[in-house]
Amino acid sequence: MPAPRPEIWIKTTSAGLYCEPGDFYIDPIRPVPCAVITHGHGDHARPGNERVLATPGTIAIMQERYGEAAGASLQPLAYGETVTAGDMTVRFVPAGHVLGSAQIVLEYRGSRVVVSGDYKRRPDPTCAPFEPCNCDVFITEATFGLPVFRHPPDTQEIDKLLHSLTLFPERCHLVGVYALGKCQRVLALLRRAGYEQPVYLHGALIKLTELYESLGVRLGPVLPLTGVAREALKGRIVLAPPSATADLWSRRLPEPLVAMASGWMRVRQRAKARGVELPLVISDHADWDELTATIDEVAAEEIWVTHGREEALVHHAIKKGYRARALTLTGFEEDE
Amino acid sequence: MNRFAALLDALLFTPSRNGKLRLMQEYFATVGDPERGWALAALTGELVFDAAKPNQVRGLAAARVDPELLEWSYDFVGDLAETVALIWPETAGGEDHVPSLAEIIEQLKRASRGEVGRVLEPWLDTLDATGRWALLKLVTGSLRIGVSARLAKTALAEWGGVEVDRIEEIWHGLAPPYRPLFDWLEGRHPVPETGELPTFCPLMLAQPIEDSDIATLDPSHYLAEWKWDGIRVQLVARGTERRLYSRSGDEIGAAFPEVLDAMPAAVTLDGELLVLRGGEVASFNDLQQRLNRKTPNPKLLRDYPAAVRLYDILREGKEDLRGFSFAERRRRLEAWYAREPRPAFDLSPLVPFTSWDELRELRDGARERGIEGLMLKRVDSTYVSGRPKGPWFKWKRGALTLDTVLMYAQRGHGKRSSFYSDYTFGAWRGDELVPVGKAYSGFTDEELRRLDRWVRNNTVQRWGPVREVTPKIVLEVAFDSVHRSTRHKSGVAMRFPRIHRIRWDKPVREADTLEALESLLS
Repeated sequence: MPAPRPEIWIKTTSAGLYCEPGDFYIDPIRPVPCAVITHGHGDHARPGNERVLATPGTIAIMQERYGEAAGASLQPLAYGETVTAGDMTVRFVPAGHVLGSAQIVLEYRGSRVVVSGDYKRRPDPTCAPFEPCNCDVFITEATFGLPVFRHPPDTQEIDKLLHSLTLFPERCHLVGVYALGKCQRVLALLRRAGYEQPVYLHGALIKLTELYESLGVRLGPVLPLTGVAREALKGRIVLAPPSATADLWSRRLPEPLVAMASGWMRVRQRAKARGVELPLVISDHADWDELTATIDEVAAEEIWVTHGREEALVHHAIKKGYRARALTLTGFEEDE
Repeated sequence: MNRFAALLDALLFTPSRNGKLRLMQEYFATVGDPERGWALAALTGELVFDAAKPNQVRGLAAARVDPELLEWSYDFVGDLAETVALIWPETAGGEDHVPSLAEIIEQLKRASRGEVGRVLEPWLDTLDATGRWALLKLVTGSLRIGVSARLAKTALAEWGGVEVDRIEEIWHGLAPPYRPLFDWLEGRHPVPETGELPTFCPLMLAQPIEDSDIATLDPSHYLAEWKWDGIRVQLVARGTERRLYSRSGDEIGAAFPEVLDAMPAAVTLDGELLVLRGGEVASFNDLQQRLNRKTPNPKLLRDYPAAVRLYDILREGKEDLRGFSFAERRRRLEAWYAREPRPAFDLSPLVPFTSWDELRELRDGARERGIEGLMLKRVDSTYVSGRPKGPWFKWKRGALTLDTVLMYAQRGHGKRSSFYSDYTFGAWRGDELVPVGKAYSGFTDEELRRLDRWVRNNTVQRWGPVREVTPKIVLEVAFDSVHRSTRHKSGVAMRFPRIHRIRWDKPVREADTLEALESLLS
């Protein structure tokens, strides 16, 4: 018997991607009875679901963020292990995006679909590396789905930050980072580059950083910013959520030099418009070259493209001979 | 090239003057010759080669990249050079030889316009994204990184421990890559000899003085002349060369051939460049027509005839007159002009007076076009470059003011990046408010804090760094004059607008109308 066409058993609904034979949703945008979650970012892992299946790392992040609201029943599933749901099986494979992030491998009557979630291909000291997984349909993200996005080596970007500290030693270097993933990765990269000074954290970043440490990710000395004298912050690195860098909050810092760690910093006008003085192109998403290489690597016949610049990646995949289409899902944010 | 590209990139993102100076100084201190000299030439706009056309650059990319992906990318990025720099496919493989800036410029100078594309390609293949961006900015002739020639020279002077005017004085006798200049600044050789070249001599500028302070001066120590509303220029003729310099030392002679043609030999003069019709000064807007063109066509020359109204003489024959008093130089200027009258030149007359009150009346009565106020020069003042305190004052006519309504606020840069400090204000046209200008100065730090708070609490809509606010605050705006402009929705543009007072008390319905602003058109 031929394998069933994937679009018969995986459907886009107003709540998100729905898997019929297992009766669960993937990264649903509103509460559902059963959710399978790729990773802990707020636009993928939302509170209020009844049952949640995710990696232990993602579950720990959801509990940290949502407490009781993380879900009535939380089921951890380690990378590589398999659970059966109805007629089908579910397995997690590392996605390399943030701690705990997973691709979801779905198998149903001989047909295999991989939902990538968000992913990247380059090494990240704070999480397990992406593992390519052969499949019939690969559902890929496309946050940076334009060929102008090619992230430089992250060591080069960290060197830019450290060099700026020597050139402007009287200025506090305020780096905008997302609370989950980017913050901890920047810390880890700084340590790898030999920076041993304490790094000061905005209050919104502390708990997740402590969680990473408790899960065994070494990030070096970090201090809360609260109560630190203005003078003491000269020549120091302060990490804060991107929204705080250009707002009232930053006025407590001495001559802040605003940096931002994001893949969007590749485009100068974007960086300028945000008032960034030191753009650091450090991204937790695959760049164009990684997206296109991954499509080739997983050897899928069919590519479904979601959240991001779908049209360019679909165009590219079709030209390369794949069946490809955009999957319209709502509720995902442009910010990484 | 990588160091130069990194410098341009950092300069683009660094808003503060001090930050830019430090970046350039670090570059001059750590990069060797001739590389840094070529970089200096690029920063000061002294490089001459046939610029590549945007279409050539686009063509190079189109040959390598899927055209649809290129179009989508260009739509997203919005800048062609940057799009091509980012999208250029990188070939995995050994590190090829990265060209130096010196090599790149040498080859560009030899290449004709048609060949530029061919020489660019191998460089694009070896440089990284920032290097490709810098290269494409360089060859298309538009760096736009917020660095003036003056700022680059200032960085160089501070690094070398000399006054920037010493560099200005020899600048036009030097050529890229400026090895003798760096040798001098690093103490290996004496100051470069420039000989009989028509070099620029940095201008002497005046301090502003307010009505309230004028009484502290003794009127018998000063001579007065009109302050004309054109641009300050210096005319230099030495040997067979003739040059017309702007106040920053840029050569602008090609745009004003009638002035250059009428220039006498062996003299250095200081004056105001104006559009003059039958001895009448036309508006600054008319002069703008000429300033916008690198080479004027015959119609422009006929409709907007340029001339120089002379203020001072700095050199006659081989004699440097800068050490003489202003009174003596004025005598020499008048004597020289009596011997050498010529078209496109006239003398700026002295304004006789005996008391400040008398002079103030003359000033306020002068509604003639092109007069901004008065210049007061000490009789005994020698000609000193820069803006020394005391010898020269500019005494401007009171500014025009208008009551406008705050419409939009935008976050500032650098120290002001957390403050809404750039304000767009409007005037009434019937029941509608039309934006008429933008200002970001004139208020105290305390007022800025209060305005910032008010903006945050009265926001209607946001677009990135811009907030639209409820029209509830009247800003009394001061400005020097108002002109017709096709660039603004209101059809008019103010010159030097600044916030004069914040009228927290005044109802917005009582703010001024667009017609009131138009009635002030000069």
